Amino acid sequence: MPRRTDIKSILLIGSGPIVIGQACEFDYSGTQACKALKEEGYRVILINSNPATIMTDPELADRTYVEPITVEVVEKVIERERPDALLPTMGGQTALNATMELVKRGTLEKYGVKLIGASAEAIHKAEDREAFKHAMQRIGLRVPASGVAHNREEAIKILERIEFPVILRPSFTMGGTGGNIAYNREEFEKIVEWGLAMSPVGQLLIEESLIGWKEYELEVMRDLKDNVVIVCPIENLDPMGVHTGDSITVAPAMTLSDKEYQRMRDAGVRIMREIGVDTGGSNVQFGVDPRSGDMVVIEMNPRVSRSSALASKATGFPIAKIAAKLAVGYSLDEITDDITGVTKASFEPTIDYVVVKIPRFAFQKFRGADPTLTTQMKSVGEVMAIGRTFKESLHKAIRSLELNLNGLSSREGLDRGIPEGLDRQQALERVRQHLRTPIAERLWHVADGMRLGLSNDDLFALTKIDPWFLEQIRELMQFEALLVGQAGKKPAALEESLLWQAKELGFSDDRIAQLIGVTSASVLDQRTKTGQGRRGVTYKRVDTCAAEFEAHTPYLYSTYGSECEARPTDRKKVIILGGGPNRIGQGIEFDYCCVHAAMALREEGIESIMVNCNPETVSTDYDTSDRLYFEPLTEEDVLNIVEREQPLGVVLQFGGQTPLKLALPLSKAGVRILGTSPEAIDRAEDRERFRDLLNKLGLRQAESGMARSVDEALRIASLISYPVMVRPSYVLGGRSMQIVYDESGLLEYMGSAVKASPKHPVLIDKSGVHSGDSACSLPPYSLGQSVVEEIRRQMKALALELGVIGLMNAQFAVKDHTIYVLEVNPRGSRTVPFVSKAIGVPLAKLAMKTMVGKSLPELGLTEAPAPSHLSVKESVFPFNKFPGVDVLLGPEMKSTGEVMGIDQDFGWAFAKAQAGAGAPLPKGGTAFISVKESDRPAALEVVRQLQRLGFSVQATSGTAVYLRNHGVYAEAVNKVMEGRPHVVDHIKNGQVALVVNTVSTASSHADSLSIRREALNKGLAYYTTIRGARAAVMGIEAILKKELTIRSLQEYHHHS
Amino acid sequence: MKKALLALADGTIFEGRALGYEGETVGEVVFNTAMTGYQEVLTDPSYKGQIITMTSPHIGNYGMTPEDAESRRIWAEGFIVKETSQLASNWRSRQQLQDYLHEAKIVGIEGLDTRALTRHLREHGSQQGVITHVDGDPRRVVEKAQAAPSIIGRDLATAVTCGKAYRWTEGSGEWAPPLGDKTGLGATRRWHVVAYDFGVKLNILRRLVDVGCDVTVVPASATATQVEALKPDGIFLSNGPGDPEGVPYAIEAVRQLIGRHPIFGICLGHQILGLALGLKTYKLTFGHHGANHPVMDLRTRQVEITSQNHNFAVQTIHPISAIPDRPPVVDTAFGQVVVTHLSLNDHSVEGLACADCPVFSVQYHPEASPGPHDSAYLFTEFTQLMEKRHV
Repeated sequence: MPRRTDIKSILLIGSGPIVIGQACEFDYSGTQACKALKEEGYRVILINSNPATIMTDPELADRTYVEPITVEVVEKVIERERPDALLPTMGGQTALNATMELVKRGTLEKYGVKLIGASAEAIHKAEDREAFKHAMQRIGLRVPASGVAHNREEAIKILERIEFPVILRPSFTMGGTGGNIAYNREEFEKIVEWGLAMSPVGQLLIEESLIGWKEYELEVMRDLKDNVVIVCPIENLDPMGVHTGDSITVAPAMTLSDKEYQRMRDAGVRIMREIGVDTGGSNVQFGVDPRSGDMVVIEMNPRVSRSSALASKATGFPIAKIAAKLAVGYSLDEITDDITGVTKASFEPTIDYVVVKIPRFAFQKFRGADPTLTTQMKSVGEVMAIGRTFKESLHKAIRSLELNLNGLSSREGLDRGIPEGLDRQQALERVRQHLRTPIAERLWHVADGMRLGLSNDDLFALTKIDPWFLEQIRELMQFEALLVGQAGKKPAALEESLLWQAKELGFSDDRIAQLIGVTSASVLDQRTKTGQGRRGVTYKRVDTCAAEFEAHTPYLYSTYGSECEARPTDRKKVIILGGGPNRIGQGIEFDYCCVHAAMALREEGIESIMVNCNPETVSTDYDTSDRLYFEPLTEEDVLNIVEREQPLGVVLQFGGQTPLKLALPLSKAGVRILGTSPEAIDRAEDRERFRDLLNKLGLRQAESGMARSVDEALRIASLISYPVMVRPSYVLGGRSMQIVYDESGLLEYMGSAVKASPKHPVLIDKSGVHSGDSACSLPPYSLGQSVVEEIRRQMKALALELGVIGLMNAQFAVKDHTIYVLEVNPRGSRTVPFVSKAIGVPLAKLAMKTMVGKSLPELGLTEAPAPSHLSVKESVFPFNKFPGVDVLLGPEMKSTGEVMGIDQDFGWAFAKAQAGAGAPLPKGGTAFISVKESDRPAALEVVRQLQRLGFSVQATSGTAVYLRNHGVYAEAVNKVMEGRPHVVDHIKNGQVALVVNTVSTASSHADSLSIRREALNKGLAYYTTIRGARAAVMGIEAILKKELTIRSLQEYHHHS
Repeated sequence: MKKALLALADGTIFEGRALGYEGETVGEVVFNTAMTGYQEVLTDPSYKGQIITMTSPHIGNYGMTPEDAESRRIWAEGFIVKETSQLASNWRSRQQLQDYLHEAKIVGIEGLDTRALTRHLREHGSQQGVITHVDGDPRRVVEKAQAAPSIIGRDLATAVTCGKAYRWTEGSGEWAPPLGDKTGLGATRRWHVVAYDFGVKLNILRRLVDVGCDVTVVPASATATQVEALKPDGIFLSNGPGDPEGVPYAIEAVRQLIGRHPIFGICLGHQILGLALGLKTYKLTFGHHGANHPVMDLRTRQVEITSQNHNFAVQTIHPISAIPDRPPVVDTAFGQVVVTHLSLNDHSVEGLACADCPVFSVQYHPEASPGPHDSAYLFTEFTQLMEKRHV
């Protein structure tokens, strides 16, 4: 069937900010969809509030709206652009939910917009728990026993039929938000309340628990001719009970016989037809009882997903791109596979390697969060590795995680055997305890269990991990023991065959060295003397077909085989090192920069070679760069690639901290680092050298002190006065940063921090909100021209002194017209995409070009553009995934993503950013104010304005008295400690529309925690700084007095 | 760990570890890209004369179980894998792969770069090879491979067919694919099908029973007269190993039966039918062996993902270079023959049907095992031909 000619323009909805459960995989799929639709000649209109995405680059669509994804705004886009069709399946749950709202409101009908990809009925049938259950029963497939509840009473009634433990799943949420496992009535009631609040439709599925069953996923595609293919079966190493996003997953499925697999495949095909997904990809999840092979259907996502991104990367089959083409009428057999150039998309990839995905968590950022893995996703990122065997792939995935782990390192100090005097029984009991509940580190505890003598049966009983996987891990443990047995040997005595075997099993030189007790360099040396050293590694191609057809795309992974398929070219080439797994402090922004670097190189006629291990990203799409190495970003893995490719140089400054860590080892190995020198980077990162730098330039540094001992720390802290922020040097996204409120807090911190970073001193600063978590505005809306000019001057001085080539980011503080330099990062930063979109200049791309020799005048960038519109960035936080965790911000970064609001008016830009971040500003109602003493004068003005805008104001007694003394009436309400009804009761009852709450001491934190938590649960706008509250007031004024207007980036920047 | 060698006739050598029974074996080295179903593959009689390379790197994961065997024994001459599992994990598993191979006296090799081998076979074609655990001299092993007979023109069906006719009554049971309204069980009666055993896979017989057939299996050498004597409602031509030109007696028998009964052929059966109709066959460079082959039904334009295992293919008069708009037609002594199915990968002929008599065949394996069930409906179509004939 040829492409549809009855539609000319298509609206695509993105997934908005990066949150847990919805990350850059939707930029990957959305970007593919945009490209595919444009390629087909359609006019593409895009809405996405996330500026850090490639899909929102103005070249990717004809009209790009960086606006909040709310029904009102999408409706406005439809009204303005009159698209013929809407493709709702590329933007995750956000896009599906927005689409369903539009259908309900009749917007699509009103403007004659056709839904393509999936109909409203299909979306409903797949997403509504009850409708889905009935659909499955109709085609004779088993689903877990369950019931649907809309309130507490209905929920309790269901308990009469289903025994504990039970699984609770709120409808229409992403990443299983609000879901959990209840083992008893008390937990049950708590989760019911939370889950109902989390579901946008107030619906909850209560389900028989299949904890311990094996879990599988199929990625299924269907076209308008009813052709169906399965792209890839994925098996979860972690059995049912752990969200698939939090599970270690393996492709292809490892423990299904053909009979079982085909039964699952048949079910996948029938589900696709029954649900009625017309075209595109869907994800279906199954549970299989390991004792009987019984199979149940868990759920289906009628859209591209995190798993489809993984399956695409795992097989080379670009699901989103093909789904977009199917949506406009092509059939699978009409689409030719990019990789082979021969096969068609109506083909099931077969792979001759093993893919392992491991999630990356950030519990250390959220003190008090429950680290147990359940049905609600909690991980913030993931890595994928490709190897020829599970063992090799597992090892590669572990070292991709950026956790300073080079293997299945013991957590009990057992790496080199059982130490003398170890209380074995006690260690065993500890490990057993760890294994009983699923946690992020379970894999390593399994390894320790084996070291301490637990059998596969023991471990299966504790974890329900399939014995096949356990046996694979055991083989690695056995080989580790073999290596440990070499201890005492000189490196030169190590046998070639042993080392080769270790490499085949995926051991890094580091790990081999660690186990034997020699240096990593000597292992490499011996491998070079007895074998081929770095050149011993072979690269294989990902080709969708297990080598049956020739692969034309250089999508490569390393292994130790007998044939290398890398076939490097003799072109001029540059290696770009990616950012590794998403985690807090290192997100999609860095991937955005890397992708731009690849584009820039292409424009300059230089071959781009990408190295990265994050399957969610655009950078790991095989057509982003000329060549892609899906590899861990470690010294060894990167140097192997450098050895094979012989590039002009390596680019480190776009991938964030991950590649930056390699600056020294790479330059020591003689690799040319493009752009700013590692020496200059060190000068900016090392606290003392940085101080010298500022002194030399005559710039001011914020009040701070450096402490190498506990005494020194106490002295400096009392000088600066509490609360203070403490941090070690060399950190990313504020890891190990902390606010301490008093002396005891500082003592506790010094105890752990000095342990964490023995060589580096601890820096003590005034506390503030991490820049990555702050809302920000471009251009600055509260600074005078002279201050801006002075900042500009200082920035220039810093850049010239450091010899920056490429990007540099610096943070300044302004107090009473005095400028303080907080920090300088001579590399790509988190704000690059936001700034690029705000000013309409692709900074990362230009930076890459400067690194290969272009000057700024040659690139046409001689002065900074001064846009007349305002751009506001707001951060998005994962607090709703972590009940009980304080939502107060501090110097340690906690946000997972960001949104952007653009408008001619600051108030509106701010309001849009708030709406985009999921906490829209209220238009009226009651504002609750409770501020610390020093904020009271400023609060007065905020309250006056709120009242002027029609808000009534409640305040805690202290604040209320102050306000009244200054002639402003505020109703006094009880603090939680002061008895009921108190403020949290009011919030719970929906009587509060806005919260302003600033705190000063540790004890006032604890008091107000429940206020902030409850405000979050209710999705209220809440502000923990006066500056934030002021901006909110401006935003409220705007939405009350001026009409909403939207504009595309192309219009803002006159691209077309 | 004992070393093993694989030598190909073109002089290529791979070193690995010994697998299975200790010894030496000769055969045509081919690769199979299916990710599941190693037991079905090993026990498929069509692999007689061949050494199988599995491209999937982990083999043996879920063990072996009697109900997954496609015949009474392993017919492949040897087995090549990247890595066998030391532990079989599945509720149905009864035996480890290694023990199964050992008991069946199958010589294998593991621990080599199977992807490199596969790429070599893709570029240079399937060829004779030797796996040895006992001969350490690569040059001599290559010579042995070069001395091995080619499978072209050889009658391998005789080696795998049944000794005498027998009845088959067992269906697929719980593993039957969902056929919806295409079960064929609404027929007026059960059909008596005589199935030629050129190396029949048991799942074909099970599927025939599933759709309402009583099956009599006859040896490859059965004559048309012998078959007629069984008073069949329909005749089935099975899959089997090797070159269809190696079994002229079967071609002759089929030629006599065309037009007299509904006939359904699979794989070698399809090739024999093609030759009987007067078409030609040819050898593919490295064959089709896998469970992901897309085939288009040119009448409906639908694509089926199919299981395939063949080295030879039927040729039409003109090679087909692209997917045609309508099914090509060839004139034969038996009237027009329609090319009903084509491979989307290489446009080779995947299905034939006679326009004037109830005869059809497919190159691929609608019985799957291993592989997808997309084509299971073909068994029902066969019963519909018999039903039409009967009415």
